[in-house]
Amino acid sequence: MKFLDEYRDAESARKLGSAIARVTTRRWTIMEVCGGQTHAIVKYGIDRLLPDNLELVHGPGCPVCVTSLEMLDRAHAIASQPQVIFCSFGDMLRVPGSRGDLLQLKSQGSDVRVVYSPLDAVNLAAANPGQRVVFFAIGFETTAPANAMAVWLAKRRGLSNFSVLVSHVLVPPAMTAILQATGNRVQAFLGPGHVCTVMGYTEYEPIVRDFHVPIVITGFEPLDMLEGVLRAVKQLEDGRAELENPYSRVVRREGNPHARRLVDEVFQVCDRKWRGIGLIPRSGYKIRASYGAFDAEQIFAVDALEAQESSLCISGAILQGQKKPHECPAFGRQCTPQTPLGATMVSAEGACAAYHAHGRHLYDDRTAECTVPQA
Amino acid sequence: MTMSAENLAATFASCPVPQARFDRILLGHGSGGQLTADLVRRLFLPAFDSDVLSALEDQATLRLQGSAGGPRIAFTTDSFVVKPIFFPGGDIGKLAVHGTVNDLAVGGARPMFLSAAFILEEGLPLTDLQRIAASMRQACADDGVALVTADTKVVDRGKGDQLFITTAGIGLVPDGVALSISAARPGDRILLSGTIGDHGIAIMSVREGIDFETVLESDCASLANLTRVMLEVCSSIRCMRDPTRGGVASALNELALASKVGVKLDEAAIPVRLEVRGACELLGIDPLHVANEGKLIAVVPPAEADRLLQAMRSHPLGCNASVIGEVVADHAGMVVMRSVVGGERVVTMPAGEQLPRIC
Repeated sequence: MKFLDEYRDAESARKLGSAIARVTTRRWTIMEVCGGQTHAIVKYGIDRLLPDNLELVHGPGCPVCVTSLEMLDRAHAIASQPQVIFCSFGDMLRVPGSRGDLLQLKSQGSDVRVVYSPLDAVNLAAANPGQRVVFFAIGFETTAPANAMAVWLAKRRGLSNFSVLVSHVLVPPAMTAILQATGNRVQAFLGPGHVCTVMGYTEYEPIVRDFHVPIVITGFEPLDMLEGVLRAVKQLEDGRAELENPYSRVVRREGNPHARRLVDEVFQVCDRKWRGIGLIPRSGYKIRASYGAFDAEQIFAVDALEAQESSLCISGAILQGQKKPHECPAFGRQCTPQTPLGATMVSAEGACAAYHAHGRHLYDDRTAECTVPQA
Repeated sequence: MTMSAENLAATFASCPVPQARFDRILLGHGSGGQLTADLVRRLFLPAFDSDVLSALEDQATLRLQGSAGGPRIAFTTDSFVVKPIFFPGGDIGKLAVHGTVNDLAVGGARPMFLSAAFILEEGLPLTDLQRIAASMRQACADDGVALVTADTKVVDRGKGDQLFITTAGIGLVPDGVALSISAARPGDRILLSGTIGDHGIAIMSVREGIDFETVLESDCASLANLTRVMLEVCSSIRCMRDPTRGGVASALNELALASKVGVKLDEAAIPVRLEVRGACELLGIDPLHVANEGKLIAVVPPAEADRLLQAMRSHPLGCNASVIGEVVADHAGMVVMRSVVGGERVVTMPAGEQLPRIC
């Protein structure tokens, strides 16, 4: 397939793997920020092409995983109300809140639907004037333009029965939080290719400078990933900390100005609670007052919710790169994609789900032991 | 990254799937993946307590009391709830006939008789039903089977979705043919008859309004002729499966578990149409998890693989056939795939529901 197969070429991958092995002389820990990158690593076995002294740790860039339990419970409460059609991307439906997941709610009779675009939810609202259509607007900066467009369009079309439940999160504050956390192991980042397609990468330049940490804006195909690792290792070995953008076939320094304008029109930056990590200042988007009529949180006025995480789940440490999924005692035992304890086991981009889907719990000796019940 | 056989054996022997947390049926229970397998294993197998059923073949192969030799009877049943009822490359009627015939054919049986039960929703246009009946008649003629008994029920408007069909099929398995999902042995080659994912993506493209610029057709077809040709050429075929719901991934995982062997796949050897690959990339779906309705997987001893492959390729339904992997003694119960860039990963059954009511 054009523009894909070129980036999955086995011979080029082998050469890049050898180049990485040649330049690596010490132990290094590199975090890939995006869930999509984590998925590619496990799907293609990319980490198995790397030398042993290089460790890839998985970042917080799975939007489904970091959506707070309180927000999930709010979604649950809204979706349970009469005359509501609750729309969401598919992954979100299986994430367990404290009262179960949205799919279970659907099996009990609530109208919960999967959509592939927020604009489908706008059309649904236009086609069902007697119903209240709510779209669960989650994601990083990548999905923000489409979600902003849905709100903008609903206002323009005068739809009074459409609203969005916003749980947007932003990458740069999360990277800063990871670097500031005690126990941080991350020495370099593979930066979020698609977030930067929208936002550009000027926001990352202060992080490079302030923390002296290399950031390489990286794509999602095997050769993109290997190229990103190679550049990160070279910087680490040289003692350099720079921002590099080998993903220049889609990422510009200024990002996509049209998309950014639309996001800015509809959303404003706010503090946001991340599942497993906690409150990070100025790390999310909420709807601006001028679009308040489309804010599901205001319309449905669900009471403040207190939610308890499973005591077994270590997704917070996993999302910050401090632990690997198979290091969790519940991984593959109490916690599986059918019985997830935390959101990292649900989304295809979640590190635990990626490990489980591609059988890492069965594959490594140590994890095979881990799946055998203790006597 | 190496694993010991003991470790894995222990894993599978003593580590059952965690207790399901669901107290109601979810759509995912119909996915053909892990939830379906759990439902069958936990609820139905204990309820019916039958050795034949517990073998989890696509069909039951039976010998009538008192008949010592001669052909055995193959018996199977299937329900069809596909939405929409007409789709590119087929309709629910054609799917119902071929689907049941295929379940018999991959067991080495010659399909003979079918039954069909129709659950109709009040308000269904008769012209739609006529089209479907005509399509079933044509499919039966193509397959050389006779539809010999049927039933009709009608439910209130809103209590069904246009039309559901349940079929059952009877065929005869010739003496000397004994295919089984538990018969795979290390060294065997795994052959696939053509491109994967066509049916699932064709349904998705009409249902979800995804435009692929070309119309992708379902691969809905009868495998009876192909399997007959294959069995004539090669009597030592160990097993055949048609990878419908749950896709090639589920079929091979079931094989690995039932035969207590490992399966090693080569990603580069698995044929996938460009449109299907594109759709899967776009939607984040693994083509190995997508349903097929006119493809089969065959497991055969290595010495016979080339001859069988040539025979398959000379048949119109097998012209894209290829050897996609082999059976190994390592990692029993698991399917491991070498990726296009040379890394490895484990191929698991789909965990939840990708697309309800695909067949």
